[in-house]
Amino acid sequence: MSMKNRSLVSINDYTREEMIHILDLAEGFEKEPHQNLLNGRVIASLFFEPSTRTRLSFESAIQKIGGNVVGFSSAATSSVQKGESLKDTILTVSNYSDLIVMRHPVDGSARYASEVAPVPIINAGDGANQHPTQCLLDLYSIRKTQGTLDNLEVTFVGDLKYGRTVHSLVIALCKFNTKFHLVSPIELKLPSAVKRHIKEANLQYEQYTDFMEVIPKSDIIYMTRIQKERFPDPLDYEKVKNAYILENSMLAGAKDNCRILHPLPRVNEISTDVDTNSKAYYFQQAQNGVYVRQALIAAILGVK
Amino acid sequence: MTNKRKELIVSAISNGTVIDHIPADKLFQVVKILDLDKTEKPLYFGTNLESKKYGRKGIIKISDKYFEMEDINKIALVAPTATLIEIKDYEVVRKDNVSIPEHVEKIVKCFNPNCVTNKENVPTKFNVIHVDGEMKLACHYCEKNTSQANMVFF
Repeated sequence: MSMKNRSLVSINDYTREEMIHILDLAEGFEKEPHQNLLNGRVIASLFFEPSTRTRLSFESAIQKIGGNVVGFSSAATSSVQKGESLKDTILTVSNYSDLIVMRHPVDGSARYASEVAPVPIINAGDGANQHPTQCLLDLYSIRKTQGTLDNLEVTFVGDLKYGRTVHSLVIALCKFNTKFHLVSPIELKLPSAVKRHIKEANLQYEQYTDFMEVIPKSDIIYMTRIQKERFPDPLDYEKVKNAYILENSMLAGAKDNCRILHPLPRVNEISTDVDTNSKAYYFQQAQNGVYVRQALIAAILGVK
Repeated sequence: MTNKRKELIVSAISNGTVIDHIPADKLFQVVKILDLDKTEKPLYFGTNLESKKYGRKGIIKISDKYFEMEDINKIALVAPTATLIEIKDYEVVRKDNVSIPEHVEKIVKCFNPNCVTNKENVPTKFNVIHVDGEMKLACHYCEKNTSQANMVFF
């Protein structure tokens, strides 16, 4: 299986085996995070929109395996501000780097960049479309806490309509015989285009507006934030805003192996009293992102 | 209605192309997709004509013009039932159904305003998919699906 010089734009680009391969490599980096594999190779980190968390995770991953970083952290400090096209920026930066990590506010920009760039691209989020490294770190966290990715009951809660991390993870889990529980207000149900993947994989899903009844069934509870601006009528938001908040007392009936994930940042959808519950896994989840990104960069640059 | 009377409704052509069995409400869209609104050749069209198969249909006849199948298949996106008939010396020399292509490039806009094809100078590219019996265009770039109702042609 060679991922050398292949871009990762969308989680749909990877087979089940390729995802597992990255997770296996990431395990090695968790055991031994500092490895001088890149020997000073240069990786461009192009953040056309700010995302401090993702950028630091990538830059930490690069430096821990001996790479150097060039780049920018917002479009305001790049030549985009002068009106340069995305193509020109990507072609220019390709001259200076062996790999480009890019975050961009426009949907599909990473796919386009991967078509024009002579070096591979890792998509660190393209608008509302894809964020495949978040998806891989979610898979890593699920496998690590459950010992397997297969045959789990995974509950998604909150904004299932606009949350791109939810869409990518649902699509990826369709390769692992998952049973899906989808908990959201009616206005924020999972889009039919994503449900199509579940149907095509002949898997089961159930949709709920009530949160409590699915907690005892869940191996994983994946929480997301419901944003006020998603509701055309503010009154509709007021009606549902407290219905999808996880509190510690609600976990009394949860399975022992149940773990709570969240892509972060959290606002109030997980009450802080959950943080000390051994089922809370969202902070370790973020740490796993570094191992997964180390694995991905090493695989794409052909040093692992 | 007999075939003979039907012929009288839209004139016969000696040489050229007939596009038949167009859904009645899609006639003008087909004219636009094929750029026939700019043609200088004699063009006849009719719509809301009686059709045994479809109830109502539209028909286009254009003199002295023949199409590449690749071009004619563009209309399959809005008129999948259309048939193409080529006429030479009043004789039918070719009859073909249009077929929906697997890939569609450059002719339809992506409906997602935040798609890179609507933001940068990038030609559109879609895979044709079928969801619950409805044909949709899955954008190669932003991965959103443009439904038939949202299709805008360049």
